[in-house]
Amino acid sequence: MTSMSMKPQVSPAQTGVWVGIAAITMSFAAYSSALIVRQGANPDWQHFTLPRILFFNTLVVVASSATLYAARPRSAATVDRSGTVTAVDAPHRNWLYVTILLGFLFLFGQILAWRNLVDQGITLASGPSSSFFYLLTAMHGLHLLGGLTGLFYVVYRVRRSTTERAVRAYGAASLYWHFMTVLWIYLFALLATRI
Amino acid sequence: MSSPVSSHSAGPQGFWRKYVFSLDHKVIGRQYLDLSLVALTTGMILSWLMRMHLGWPTKAIPGLGAIAPEAAGGIITPEYYLSLMTMHGTIMVFFVLTTAPFAGFGNFILPIQIGAEDMAFPRFNMMSFWVTFVAFVILVAAFFVPEGPPLSGWTAYAPLSAVGKDAGPGQGWGQTLWVISIGTFCIAQLLGSLNFIATTLDLRTKGMSLARMPFSTWAWFITSVIGLIAFSVLLPACVLLLLDRVAGTSFFIPAGLVISDRLQPHAGGSPLLWQHLFWFFGHPEVYIAILPGFGIVSHILPAVTRKPLLGPRVFIACMIAIAFLSYTVWGHHMFMSGMNPFSATVFSVPTLIITIPAAITTLLWIGTLYGAKLRFNTAALFCLAFISVFVSGGISGFFLAQPAIDSYLHGTYFVVGHFHFVMGVAAMFGILAGTYFWFPKMFGRMMNERLGKIHFFLTFIGVYCIFMPMHYLGLGGNVRRYSAFTVDYMKGSVPLHRFITVAALFTGAAQLIFFYNLIRSRFRGQIATDNPWEATSLEWTTSSPPPHDNFGGHHPVVYHGPNEYGVAGRNGDYIMQNSPEPDPATPTAAARTPATA
Amino acid sequence: MGKLFAIIVAIITIVSAAIFISHQWMPPDVSVLGAGIDHQMAETMITSGILFVVAQLVLASFVWRFADNNDQRKIKIFPGGATPMVVGAIILVGAEILALTLVGSKIWASIYIAPADPHSLKIDVQAEQFAYYFRYPGPDGKFGKLHPELIDPSTGNFMGLDPANDTAARDDIVAATLAVPVNTPVVLELHAKDVSHAFYVPELRIQQDFVPGLVIPLHFTATRLTKSEIVCTQLCGLGHYNMRAYLEVMSADDFKKWLNEQSGQ
Repeated sequence: MTSMSMKPQVSPAQTGVWVGIAAITMSFAAYSSALIVRQGANPDWQHFTLPRILFFNTLVVVASSATLYAARPRSAATVDRSGTVTAVDAPHRNWLYVTILLGFLFLFGQILAWRNLVDQGITLASGPSSSFFYLLTAMHGLHLLGGLTGLFYVVYRVRRSTTERAVRAYGAASLYWHFMTVLWIYLFALLATRI
Repeated sequence: MSSPVSSHSAGPQGFWRKYVFSLDHKVIGRQYLDLSLVALTTGMILSWLMRMHLGWPTKAIPGLGAIAPEAAGGIITPEYYLSLMTMHGTIMVFFVLTTAPFAGFGNFILPIQIGAEDMAFPRFNMMSFWVTFVAFVILVAAFFVPEGPPLSGWTAYAPLSAVGKDAGPGQGWGQTLWVISIGTFCIAQLLGSLNFIATTLDLRTKGMSLARMPFSTWAWFITSVIGLIAFSVLLPACVLLLLDRVAGTSFFIPAGLVISDRLQPHAGGSPLLWQHLFWFFGHPEVYIAILPGFGIVSHILPAVTRKPLLGPRVFIACMIAIAFLSYTVWGHHMFMSGMNPFSATVFSVPTLIITIPAAITTLLWIGTLYGAKLRFNTAALFCLAFISVFVSGGISGFFLAQPAIDSYLHGTYFVVGHFHFVMGVAAMFGILAGTYFWFPKMFGRMMNERLGKIHFFLTFIGVYCIFMPMHYLGLGGNVRRYSAFTVDYMKGSVPLHRFITVAALFTGAAQLIFFYNLIRSRFRGQIATDNPWEATSLEWTTSSPPPHDNFGGHHPVVYHGPNEYGVAGRNGDYIMQNSPEPDPATPTAAARTPATA
Repeated sequence: MGKLFAIIVAIITIVSAAIFISHQWMPPDVSVLGAGIDHQMAETMITSGILFVVAQLVLASFVWRFADNNDQRKIKIFPGGATPMVVGAIILVGAEILALTLVGSKIWASIYIAPADPHSLKIDVQAEQFAYYFRYPGPDGKFGKLHPELIDPSTGNFMGLDPANDTAARDDIVAATLAVPVNTPVVLELHAKDVSHAFYVPELRIQQDFVPGLVIPLHFTATRLTKSEIVCTQLCGLGHYNMRAYLEVMSADDFKKWLNEQSGQ
């Protein structure tokens, strides 16, 4: 029997998020290559100045990752051979609230950036560069909303004081959230250099 | 030898939670299979209508005029023909060939084969089925919109599919619904693939190492990895196409197009961009359709030959190689598309190389037959036919993989014959083999073998009569996607087209035997034992059908690989995966899986 | 049951192969470079034909031989296990791939990569739903610029020429038939007015898509006086099946006469 024992069970949620990250990376790789091909295909690419609020939004989303890190359970969770997770400490609720707040602030900031462009007369259909700008920011925003749902779920788990499940949920949700931050930094760099 | 399971042995009792919004992977798997059966019937009827029109273009099809206003008096118009073709392709590729072998059987069988009580994310699983269902409803709704159903083919090449109503019938709401449906389908498949991957990685029972996973589980696992990458590229492509259609963007539409005498208000888009994105998904999609068939055949073949599959590790390595290579070959769909002709030579090489792992798997199956003790049940026959058809379709791929020959054969019936053999019929035979094999496990009753064999032989002969002549037509330069052959040099092809039509109707009629068998066996079939085929994998260790949590409150423990046939086991010439008996002293198969320490 | 299956596979194989061989399916080639394609096609047909027949017959014979489920008989493993399969597949298929790719890519390059003869007759081809138009540059040897916004079929301006302001466009000849002189290199410049189309002439063994927004060159030299059909192989809408034009290969004199007739109209 002992020869049959397996490595400690991984949390499927964590695996699921990693797989999801792979899929989302692929999607944005497709959007990016479409942008590059499209820019190279024709000389009609109009450059425009990105709304300055995007710099502020970038700071916000980076800060949200930091606050989410601050919310981590301080004493490390242990996993025994049967796969049971024992955590002494739950994720910290107040830091979670701050992260969620920053998440919404980021989305609000992105909407302000859109409004700024619309005021300048730059809309979705006005040119390929603006099409990609709206598309990429919207797609990132949609995925970020998914991350916010995950954070709400963690809060719900913490409030129900089911520590183990809260720790697992925190692990998966925070992995996704940090990925959203990285994705935004990538997109911001792409947009800043291409548009 | 089993570890207890803490939760949900009984399962929900209410009708809605039990049969409709069920979280049970077995119910969801059956829902997928039911949906694909409906889709298959729809797709098949569409192909009959097309075939009847091609054989006898001026003859009215009785009753059709009453259902479809586009075919007044039962005569199919050119645009309605193209719509039938588009819907046939879309329904078959997405809602049959992707849904049935992967999502359907995979859902039902995979968790049981790895000794899990359910998928990793049952709620996602339920969602992915219902999202698929919604996608299907949206697609079928496209039949009933005022501007007519879409007619841009299942490949929906831009700008025809992107510019909207000006481009003719079918380019209004029909095409828009098509894009929405496929985008929705992508989301469902992504959820499904994610679930399959997490389940396979995390929920394997004790002793179920990767090397001990049955071949079908391997195939579903690899397919889900392909699907994850492929559908996450198709989804953005659909989003871009939808925006071009409804939001006035120009991702795929260049400047200066005059359609219906109207200068289009678009500028700077690239039609080839759509083709690249589409085929980056589209070619791996071929393997999404066929790899589960590989797995099913390799899973069934040892049980019906009573000997281990030849080279199990080589087989798995080949599937992984195919999955990897499938992402490097998409350009072979675009040799004539106007992309840089240098890239054609580049894409041609991996396209030809991918035939090597495919050829190896075929030889492994044929080699497995050598020295076998074949049990000729219907599942076995469909496996053997799978090999035959896969060889036929694979070999015609040699022609199309070469740009110089594709220069002549591209866009002809040769291509139609090729892909129907290799991904249509072969995948379908995999599905049918799986159906005859797993039906007892799914419903606790055996299918009727006599009816099964009649169905098999009629279908096997029928598909060759339908698709082999298409290769001849293609060699004669007969162009596909034509609703009639008015071009002078194609007029001579009509008799052969009539032959194909008759063969198609005949083969289609033979499927009624299958439907009858399915329904009759469901209620009247002989009661099945737990392991009617004397097979080794875990699904045969539990009752037929399995209880709600699959193993009745326990997780099985695995001691052997799935390939232990032709050995002196406790119950006969095989050793079940969960049987604690020691490995046979004198291994008959060099490929026997060693025990993991 | 196994024997029945084996017999059916054998019959299907032999009949299918016999039909491939017994009939000349492809129309005769009328171009300079088509011979290379025909040669490549024949070679592929022979090698893959052999693979097809051998694979199917081996399948059938194994099924025939091991069809009995006799409990006395012991199962046998294929001699050498999986190794001969892997080696066999790599050598057989690999050799075929090498042979086909080396020769095939040269033929492909000669048609699609090599630039056209600089003295080729240039013809501009426009594909649209559901017709082709062919434009000859006229005596000045220059094509006028295209202005899509000027396209007006009611006045016969199918391609959007602007003869009023553009001198190069004044002598351009637009025809609905592709006439070419025999044994003369021709280069077509393909552009689409609306959606994607294709140019396919089985007798020339060539095919090329029209892509909106791009101008794609395609060259050939016809070697026989024939009249062939040009058909569309890229789905372009409801009239796709009926979209065609004629390719007329003429003697040099006839071609001059034809051109004069066209410009006189």
